[in-house]
Formats: sequence, structure tokens, C-alpha cells
Amino acid sequence: MSEGTLYDKVWDRHKVTTLPNGQDQLFVGLHLIHEVTSPQAFGMLQERDLEVARPDLTLATVDHIVPTADQSRPYSDDAAEEMMSELEQNVRDADIEFLSPETGEQGIVHVIGPEQGLTQPGKTIVCGDSHTSTHGAFGALAFGIGTSQIRDVLATQTIAMEKQKVRKIQVDGELGEGVEAKDIILEIIRRLGTEGGVGYVYEYAGEAIEDLGMEGRMSICNMSIEGGARAGYVNPDETTYEWLKETDYFQEHPEKFEELKPYWESIRSDDDAEYDDVVHIDASELEPVVTWGTTPGQGVGVTQPIPAPEDLPAEKQDTARRAQEHMRVEPGDTMEGYDIDVAFLGSCTNARLPDLRRAAKIVEGRQVPDDVRAFVVPGSQRVQKAAEEEGLKDVFEAAGFDWRNAGCSMCLGMNDDQLEGDEASASSSNRNFVGRQGSKDGRTVLMNPQMVAAAAVTGEVTDVRDLEEVVSV
Amino acid sequence: MSDDVEIPEVKEVSGTGIPVRGNDIDTDQIIPARFMKVVTFDGLGEFSFFDQRFDDEDNPKDHPMNEDRFQDANVMVVNANFGCGSSREHAPQALMRWGIDAFIGESFAEIFAGNCLALGMPTVTADQETIEDLQDFVDENPDAEIDIDVAAETVTYDGTTVDVTVDEGQRKALVDGIWDTTALMKANQQAISETAEGLPYV
Repeated sequence: MSEGTLYDKVWDRHKVTTLPNGQDQLFVGLHLIHEVTSPQAFGMLQERDLEVARPDLTLATVDHIVPTADQSRPYSDDAAEEMMSELEQNVRDADIEFLSPETGEQGIVHVIGPEQGLTQPGKTIVCGDSHTSTHGAFGALAFGIGTSQIRDVLATQTIAMEKQKVRKIQVDGELGEGVEAKDIILEIIRRLGTEGGVGYVYEYAGEAIEDLGMEGRMSICNMSIEGGARAGYVNPDETTYEWLKETDYFQEHPEKFEELKPYWESIRSDDDAEYDDVVHIDASELEPVVTWGTTPGQGVGVTQPIPAPEDLPAEKQDTARRAQEHMRVEPGDTMEGYDIDVAFLGSCTNARLPDLRRAAKIVEGRQVPDDVRAFVVPGSQRVQKAAEEEGLKDVFEAAGFDWRNAGCSMCLGMNDDQLEGDEASASSSNRNFVGRQGSKDGRTVLMNPQMVAAAAVTGEVTDVRDLEEVVSV
Repeated sequence: MSDDVEIPEVKEVSGTGIPVRGNDIDTDQIIPARFMKVVTFDGLGEFSFFDQRFDDEDNPKDHPMNEDRFQDANVMVVNANFGCGSSREHAPQALMRWGIDAFIGESFAEIFAGNCLALGMPTVTADQETIEDLQDFVDENPDAEIDIDVAAETVTYDGTTVDVTVDEGQRKALVDGIWDTTALMKANQQAISETAEGLPYV
């Protein structure tokens, strides 16, 4: 068993008791809710005549179904309008703060938590969304949960969980130009597999992780779940503290910053911490990774050949064959030159300001071909506003991109932003599952935001390192 | 109060099986996102595996859940990493409403297994060979009874009993009827307050 890791320390600090079923009951420091997975939980509370225990530690926003073009109410999609109304009613009844589009603070739940300064080191954070692992970038212990568990948290501000093992993923070396945090995590998932993390929490460490800004760390922690790990984290350091200091919360409460910093320092993994497993990755060997298949583990360096199914481990061959048929790719080819119809810059993985800045550098002075639909969906209204103020919107629009309002959008196709028929997309999101982007015949190629920008302006998967504007992170 | 909620013990599940083959079957496949634009779980059952079961014109495709012989099945036999991806509880809710009471598979994604437990549905595991044998058997014998003994960690079919694994916490929770954790946790109010008070940020 692990010992002295951030995971162990934060777990111990939040443990209420061990339940009769053997699980530990953990206190939840922040509960984030949204419109898709919470209404049924509020319904269950009502059935049991229970109240929300800690509305003060609960925060709501709307992201999955919110339209990114016309946001006037009522929404043109009746189902979306119903979900929004239900959320409004629930948060009003329970006195939960709601960052709605009218507040200017709305956005994807995993973008706004950090923005608000509420995602902090040493906190336990849960949300009915698997990408809650994102918040681990700050040294929080953050898990995605199901709706029955949301009911538990609403009713008790605690959650029942079993303790897991800790795998340290040591990423040494420096990233080359055009290679980003996204490529590190795609490589980790490729190497360890989509279920390699089951039973583990991932601690990301090493020079390459320490060199990343908070946004890059969030991209990595975000996709922990795609590798099967329910949570992933980075130990907090000066980069974390500097970022937090700039948030509204700590600007308004500077005394809190000083008060909490010793706690943040205390929960860092000890130098002699014990791990259940350690994996090494050399960041300097990586190139931009693109997916060729229909799981996030089916990735390959952009100049490398797509593997033949028979060369993969036995249990992966069948999935690979079906994926290659769906994607219409051939073993031995590279993904370079793969035609795309749509370019999507968005999602809780890669729609923060630095992501959009790097993509804009590639786009500037180029044009999206007529037969490609390209659009940018900022991760939050704050990101949107900041990007507009520094001229990124103009750069994207001049190149032929659509500039949209904040939301989850085409990451999962619950609003109008969807692939049609067998369209192929270059996407900065996190899942290339069949049907994920709204069309069951749609084809998704995951990649970093610079690579999406490059694909958008060339109409095909392109090695961004061949363009002179390529950016180092 | 929540104390009134009756939580049944789930010591065993018996019934007929349905094989759903393939590794890495994600929850977007189990219930596509467009069917989640609802505020209750009612009525999700018919949309289970919708895009695998129906074409663009809603004509049935080749899928075990479309076959008459599996319509009464309540034990789903699956392969590795079943239920990966999105945390949506809509996935097990949909399958439960279709008629599934338990899963036997090579492995399950964690959030999916946790969601199943919260609904009192076992997710028991066995090695690849055992699972493939069982899938083949179910395919040939759709009416044959399969008995999952959660407490003893066995599955019995065709006159033989094979060992399976049930995660220890899950086994205890199901067997003792303590898988619905709301009331269980609410009872610890004092300890919850004390834990909260010990946290510098609360």
C-alpha cells in the first residue's frame, strides 16, 4: 500500500469513518453539479424527504446541453430548456449558487471551478462527471461520481469510497516544439491502456510535469479517466500557488491564501513516499500524438505508422480491427494527410486561454478551406471574454472559424453541435468513442489544440511542426 | 426520513443470460448522450445500446438485445473494461430498466461498477476463458439458468460451478443489504461535523 503520498494524506484528513460495508466515508470539500446528472439526484432526495446538507459547499453551472450559438431563452431545443429549468428550480429551492450564463461566470464545470479559485490543493472535489479528475492538477483529490452518489453527497456532504493504489507516473525530459501536455497523457494511455489505471490513482510527477503551467496540468489530469484511473493529481508547487493567488477568491481573501498555504504544503507527497507502482516516460521522445481508432488509447505519433492489429496484445486486436474499419485507416499508413471535415477547438481538456492562444498562432494569416467547418468553443465565459479582449476571436474569425459561446459542445454532442453522417473531425476533446460527437458514423481524431488548428487550415491531419508558427509550451 | 428506505440484500441473482461481446464498451455506446436529455431515468431502457441496435431509419440491426431469445435475460455477460468512459449512471439505469439485474465480465470500469453497486447490481468478474465459455454457452442455451452466488463468489450453469470474483466491499455491501449508502452515512452526523471542523479550508 502507498504511504506518505498526497493521496494518503488528503484521504486521511477527510476520512469520517469506515462504514459497515468496508468502504471509507469521506468528507467532500466541494461538490460541483450540472444539469445532466443532478436532476435525478434531487428527485431522489425529494422522495426520501431529505435536504441538501451543505449548499455552501455546492456550486452549480450549466454546460452539457447549453447551446453555443443562440442562447436566448427558452432554448429552441425543448429538452434542453426543460433540463435548464429543472436545474434553476433545484438550485433555487436548495439555495445553491448557480453560475448561469447571465452571470458571465458560466462555463464547463471543470474550467470554472479552478477559475473561481474554489479548486484548491488538499480539497476533496466530486462532480457527476468523469472528467472531474481535472481538478487534481491543483493537488486536489477529485473524482467523477454517479447520480446515486450525487444523492449521497447532497444529503450528507460525504461519499463512500474504497481506497485505491497509487501509481506514480514520472515524466522526465523536455517536450519538443509542437508537443503538449495532451500528447503526454495520450502517450500514457496508449502505453498503459484504457483500463491500465483501474484500481489506481495516478500521481503525475517529474520535470516535464513541473515545467507545465496549470492549464497543461489540467489537460493531463482531465484524461486520467480515459486511462481507467478515477483520479489523477499533481503535487502543488509555486506554479500552483501563483495561479491561485490571481483568482478572485484569493484576491478578495488574501489572508486565506497565507492561512491555507501551510496546509497545501503539508499534503504534498513526501520525498520518501511509497507507491504501489512507478512508471517512467521520457517527454523528449514524444511527438504530437493523434488517435487512429475509437478509444483514447489508440494513439500514435503523427509521423509513426498505424499499428497492425495482429502486432498488438491479443486482447486489443479485435477492438483495433473494428476501430480501423470504422475510421477507414490502414495499418502501416500514418495519420498525416487524413482528410477532416470538422475542426473542434473546445472541451474541458483543451479550451482554456493558453490553448486558444497557441492555436491562434497557427491559424493567423491562414484560411480554413471551404469544405471544412471549424469552430472554437471557449471553456468558459471568462475564457471567451479574455480571448476576445486580446484579439483571438478576430484571428479565428478572419481565418474562417466560428466563434461560439462556452459549453461542452461537440465533445459529446448533447447540443446542436454535432458531426453529421460519416464526417471526420480533428478534435481537441477527450473521447473518440463511436457516436461520441453526435453521429454514430462520425470519426473523431483526438489531438492537441495546435494540431487541431493545423488540421483546420489544411483540411487534413498535419504535423504542426512542419508549420513555422509551431509553439513550445 | 431516509431510514424508511428498504434496502434488500442481494445474496444471489438467478436467471438467463445475454452475451454482449467486445472490450472497451463505453457508456456512450450503452446510452448515447442524446437520450440523456431527460430529468428522470424512467423510460431509458428502450434506448440501451440504441446505436448498436438500430440503423438510421430505426430498423433493428444484428444485436443480442434485439433477439427474441434474449428478451427475458437478466444476466449480461460482457468482456473487458465494460462501462468505460463517461460517469453517467444513465448507463446502468438503462440496462436495469431493460431487465438486467447483474453483470458477469472480465473487468469493469470503476465508476460503472460503483454506479451498479448503488443500484444493487453485482458486477462479478472472471478470466477471459471463463467469460468466453459462458458467452458461448448462453448463445447456445438462451433459456438455461445461470446462478450467481454473490456471497460464495461462484457462478453455476450447465451443472458446473465456476469461481468468480466479487470485489470485497461490493460483496459485503450486497450480501448485508448495505449498498444504499445515504442512510448509512447520514447516521454519522457528529463525525461528519468533526471531520469538517478539522479541515482548514471549510
